[in-house]
Amino acid sequence: MTAAFVAGADASSEVPLKRRLKRAERTRRLKALALILPLLLFLLFTFLGPIAGMLWRSVDDWEVRQVMPHTVAALADWDGKDVPGEPAFAALAGDIRTARDAGTVAIASKRLNYALNGFRTIMSGTARNLKALPEPGTAKDTLIGINPAWGERATWAAIKSASGPLTSFYLLGALDLTRNVDGAIVAAPEEQAIYRDVFGRTFTISLGVTVLCLILGFPVAYMLATLPTGQSNVLMIFVLLPFWTSLLVRTCAWIVVLQSEGIVNDSLRWIGLIDEPLRLIYNRFGVYVAMTHVLLPFMILPLYSSMRSISPAYMRAAASLGASPVTAFLRIYLPQTVPGIGAGSLLVFILAIGYYITPALVGGAADQMISYFIAFYTTETVNWGLASALGAVLLLATLLLAVVYGKLVHGQQVTGGMKN
Amino acid sequence: MSKLKVAVGFLATFTAGVALATAAQARDLTVVSWGGAYQEAQKKVYFEPFKKAGTPMNDESWDGGVGVLRAKVQGGAATWDVVQVESEELAIGCEEGLFETMEFNRIGGEQAYLPQTVDACGVGAIVYDFVLGYDKDKIKDAPKSWADFFDTTKFPGKRGLRQGAKTTLEIALMADGVAPKDVYKVLGTEEGLERAFKKLDTIKNDIVWWKAGAQPPQLLASGEVAMTSVYNGRIDAANKAEKKNFGMVWNGALYTIDSWVILKGSPNKEAAYKFLDFVGKAENQAKLSENIAYGTSNKDAPSKLAPAVLTDLPTAPDNMKNAVEISVPFWLENLDRLTERFNKWAAK
Repeated sequence: MTAAFVAGADASSEVPLKRRLKRAERTRRLKALALILPLLLFLLFTFLGPIAGMLWRSVDDWEVRQVMPHTVAALADWDGKDVPGEPAFAALAGDIRTARDAGTVAIASKRLNYALNGFRTIMSGTARNLKALPEPGTAKDTLIGINPAWGERATWAAIKSASGPLTSFYLLGALDLTRNVDGAIVAAPEEQAIYRDVFGRTFTISLGVTVLCLILGFPVAYMLATLPTGQSNVLMIFVLLPFWTSLLVRTCAWIVVLQSEGIVNDSLRWIGLIDEPLRLIYNRFGVYVAMTHVLLPFMILPLYSSMRSISPAYMRAAASLGASPVTAFLRIYLPQTVPGIGAGSLLVFILAIGYYITPALVGGAADQMISYFIAFYTTETVNWGLASALGAVLLLATLLLAVVYGKLVHGQQVTGGMKN
Repeated sequence: MSKLKVAVGFLATFTAGVALATAAQARDLTVVSWGGAYQEAQKKVYFEPFKKAGTPMNDESWDGGVGVLRAKVQGGAATWDVVQVESEELAIGCEEGLFETMEFNRIGGEQAYLPQTVDACGVGAIVYDFVLGYDKDKIKDAPKSWADFFDTTKFPGKRGLRQGAKTTLEIALMADGVAPKDVYKVLGTEEGLERAFKKLDTIKNDIVWWKAGAQPPQLLASGEVAMTSVYNGRIDAANKAEKKNFGMVWNGALYTIDSWVILKGSPNKEAAYKFLDFVGKAENQAKLSENIAYGTSNKDAPSKLAPAVLTDLPTAPDNMKNAVEISVPFWLENLDRLTERFNKWAAK
């Protein structure tokens, strides 16, 4: 690195200029890299690493493999057509005894319960009642004697399906799909198929909030961008104040404003417009109101910065050439704000699909977004496979949208007829 | 009680690692509870007197999560000895072998405790209920059961319920006439589930769903709901601290138990049993109930209380008469499935 400096002036005549330039260039690049290295490492460990871990968890199927290795091995070449033979039962009895002594039965039964509801009871009951290893040749009768479920094909198919090492179970589940006893992919039972609806709801609400923010934010941003600096700075404070207020505070404020004995309902009653309070909260309406308010600054700020750079001369030129105000706005002004609209919309939309606190507090049971379910499975039932799979689907959908956005916005950029 | 299991789990692993490097072999007994007003009460009537009696101890608080306990025990740096856990943590931790087997002969014998609070791995600490709560200032004619809760003609107004399948389905079945002792038997069948959702359909548009324990008293106070399901301690606190006039209906209440456990491999087992023996004594438990409206596990504790205190406790004989224990095995097996089903119903 320091060779160039140590070499001194007389050596410089021997080393060609090109190479010295290259060396200096490389030194500069390394220095620049060293400067952002902390950030790169930080991102790697706190962002990319965890995301990779999450994606891995959505396909990792270790529980049954680890707790019941002999059973998994015995089922490796089972065709799934009939209840397996004595060796599989003997392996299972051995595994259950070992797991019971190690206290790991619950780990396997939790995973098996996802595959077949009721498996937890089968496992814990069998572990409790299997007092000793069955005599050779009697394992099948012993186990079926303890619980008839061991004599059913579906029970064994569940173990086989959860044998790992990788599984599509959670990802399919996140899309309302499942595998039947024969391993074919089929739709999940009707009363449990909710995730497509929830994803749909999440995107619908986010899109609605984005559109509302755009409708409300555009005129505000225009005013801020066109007023004299002094006045626009005062107004800017009004935009930024809520931006700086805690999300929780703003959400709870909406509860106070919108509840049935809240400010809005009381005023309407006082005027005499209504007799019964309107239902403005704990439903979809409340979610739209609160989320739009919370996310509005994220729309206004990018719009404002893109409008600031638009010269008023363009509009004057359009007017002098005979364009009506509407035409001038639509054909001259609006296209120049597209980058701002795009950036603001994308920002609001992506923030909205991950929202948790606001819909949880002001929404009803039918307004919970995907984040609610991810949180539920992460903390309450510790079903991390499904939580990760839901997260993975959300991540994929977000990435796709970002790509589509890129295509749309950059495909339309007004470059004055010159593509660079 | 909210649980940031992941964050706490990570933190616990991290601190366990740090502790491994620095832990002195001989440390004092460490007792872990749920923090807040509850732990303050415990400090006053359990921890301080126990220390005065001659055994040094520290207390810490936590936010729950089996993952945390797993990290503590399997990380080989169990810096905790006695922990208070919720019923599901007790069940899972016991299955995973995270706790010492509870030797009841060292803490006064099994017969000293209510049978529901005796477990292979732990001993009950407190009993608390989901009850029907209402505002006495607004409802003069007191509701008597969950059936009244579903009767919106006789008692107009909205209803608050905890969002999710747990507790909601049990309440719906009791409102539909199922006896408390049969609730889980019925809920275990397809017809029983149908029946519960059908009953919920009758007031679907009048339900306000709450998520955190602090919400129901606020919903009552703001007049948003006429009645709500609520933790009994919250009603008591609102009446005491905020001078509210809320009432409770114990008929058909759903109760659950928090337990003390000793973490596997604790180096302070002697002191731990001494502590559990101390907090298991009826006279000490009675003092806790005087400070916070929770029931306790010793059979004789209620008899040491003033009648006025007792009537508001989950463990008062009258309040226990028609109460049902939230079934841990049932929900461990069915929570994921019924959560999906509940949300399907909610979105309809």
